[in-house]
Amino acid sequence: MQFTIEVNNKSIRAEKGETILSALNRNGIIIPTLCRMAEFTPTGACRMCVVEVEGRDRLVTACSAPVEEWMKIKTHSPRVIRARKTIVELLLSNHPDDCLYCDRNLDCELQRLSDEMQVRERRIRGSKIKPRRDQSSPAIVRELSKCILCGRCLRVCEEVVTATSIDFIGRGRYTHVGPAMDRDFNFSSCIHCGQCVLVCPTGALHEKHYLSEVQEQLSKSDVTRVIQYSPLVPYALAEELGIKYNRDFDRLLNAALRKTGFDKVYLSGTGTDILITEITNAIISEENKPDRKPLIVSACPAWVKYCEQFTPELLPMLSTLKTPQQISGAIIKSVVPVTGDKPRLYTVSVTPCTAMKFEARRDSMTRKGISDIDTVLTVRELARLIVLYGVDITNIDPEPADEPMELRSSASLMAESAGGITESVLRSLAARKGEKEADKPAVKKLRNTGSFRETIVTIGGISYSVAVVDGLKGLAKIKQMLETGATYDMVEVMACPGGCVNGGGMLPAGSKEAVRQRSRFIWQTDDQEAVRGPEQSASVADLYGRVFEQCSELADRQLFHTHFSKRDVLL
Amino acid sequence: MSKIDDILGRYREGSHENLIPILQDVQEAEGYLSENAIISIGRFLHMSTTKIYGLATFYDRFRFIPAGRVHMRVCNGTTCFINGSGAVVTAVREALGIEPGQTTRDGRFSYELTACQGGCNEGPVVCVGENYYTHIRPEDIPELITKLKSLADLK
Repeated sequence: MQFTIEVNNKSIRAEKGETILSALNRNGIIIPTLCRMAEFTPTGACRMCVVEVEGRDRLVTACSAPVEEWMKIKTHSPRVIRARKTIVELLLSNHPDDCLYCDRNLDCELQRLSDEMQVRERRIRGSKIKPRRDQSSPAIVRELSKCILCGRCLRVCEEVVTATSIDFIGRGRYTHVGPAMDRDFNFSSCIHCGQCVLVCPTGALHEKHYLSEVQEQLSKSDVTRVIQYSPLVPYALAEELGIKYNRDFDRLLNAALRKTGFDKVYLSGTGTDILITEITNAIISEENKPDRKPLIVSACPAWVKYCEQFTPELLPMLSTLKTPQQISGAIIKSVVPVTGDKPRLYTVSVTPCTAMKFEARRDSMTRKGISDIDTVLTVRELARLIVLYGVDITNIDPEPADEPMELRSSASLMAESAGGITESVLRSLAARKGEKEADKPAVKKLRNTGSFRETIVTIGGISYSVAVVDGLKGLAKIKQMLETGATYDMVEVMACPGGCVNGGGMLPAGSKEAVRQRSRFIWQTDDQEAVRGPEQSASVADLYGRVFEQCSELADRQLFHTHFSKRDVLL
Repeated sequence: MSKIDDILGRYREGSHENLIPILQDVQEAEGYLSENAIISIGRFLHMSTTKIYGLATFYDRFRFIPAGRVHMRVCNGTTCFINGSGAVVTAVREALGIEPGQTTRDGRFSYELTACQGGCNEGPVVCVGENYYTHIRPEDIPELITKLKSLADLK
């Protein structure tokens, strides 16, 4: 039901049941918000969104108050503006004010609000929060003095990630955000997915930077420097740099990476193609067994850590295959020739993920104590690296990547969206069984929304039952299904809702719709590209036909497998 | 059966609303909330330890390390504060070398700051067990602590 309310002496239409904020936003009025997150229940905690409602003594929070027919609202009256400004000034009263040196300088919501409210002096002085910088995690840094206690991170951690690794600790001015028993991150149940980093309005939570490490290696003369990047990275980088993406951008990125000083540029997508091939092999070898168990995909390192901690009963079903990054890493450290004057090999991987930073450090990802991947960068860090080295990516000539991992199929790009790996494996199964395409309408079900999706696809007379857990909220459903005796051939789990397109190392999407838009880009690209599966990729053929045969370490492909074990942390 | 299992047995499994009563019972029985206790409670209530710890730290009443054999409660209420409890707290801090809520390494002492204990006309007040020490000045603290030390050694 629609009705009219009065806002700033003008009439606007409002819908019964919606909040004041949504009615205002729809009618072209912007109200600053801070603790609000789209698609979450409002809490009204930060009070940034206050408006004046005639007949009410106190200011009303627009984000949480429902709109009512009798309302006469003032959104920018002197009283409201003064209140908002005071709120920002209070938030700043104990803030360290080290914006120039902050990770989020020029990209900080508090900084922006302070500018919008025209705060030009420190009017309110509070005692500063004791600086505490938790650098213990390989992926996420927590800087408590910059925290404004909006609570977005802990809501995401509980309601989206379902790990509940952080909460408010203490009371009053001693309140801070941290894991159980006020430990540091490395001892907590944090799965390093980085969803909290995406929602943090300030620099209190950010990914751990490894750029100085990369710079150091780039400056050495005796190191062979190798970089690989995930299939989504070019698109994400264009987004991050504010450049319009086109199909050439992938090859421009290759050139840009060489200009920053990397000797070899590889595609992690080739690793994804190998992963898809190996999963397909595993499913084919199981398909005729009567008591087959679901193969749970282990391509998401955040999910793997979650599984080790929260659902160790699923570990026996978890595929032992490494993630694409680590498969590529294993190949790189095995086959890349190191020439006489550059005897040391240094490998970097760029991903849309923060958990990959943690994964590369796992014991089981090393050989004789040396990691297959030395440094993992997020897309945000890569953008900074390219800017730092002064490469104008819009003004260079495109170049191909290096052999033997120079090509990827569009299936590997699909893997960046939740459900994509499953779709790609079904496609590969069809190709192996000589069918042109797997049952399209059935496969399309995997592109639906919702945190749990399943479908049954018949290929070559065998029906495959597959499920996708899109965001860990869907895990409850699959556990319930398995308990009631449902059987699956394959279950794909992605920790971030939407998949890697919503990864912790990406530009924050801000809404489900924006995440979906990235998935749509992937599906469109998939429709347009010629090489649609690993079977058609020349790089995969070359690797399996020649490279693996010639390399003793890779011949049995054992290097593509790892092991997982129950992890003892405070849950 | 351990004390904690005993306590949990009195409540319904998974009943989040019983968290605070359970925490109170455990603190009553053990003197503090140990990490193991928090883990057991979390399992019983199907709650994350992070949430339990977060909630428990909100209340001054809950401790996370065992109290000393002598536990001093220094009144920090308004009247005691005006009568100079701040200097008393500083004296205690200096004499014991610990912050409020902490316990000395030898396990003898711990102290906390409390809200008004109701002895406003006698302030500043320090309470140890059943005994109230009134009109405490900072210079009284070393003597008081020596006296309490022998009490701690008796326990």
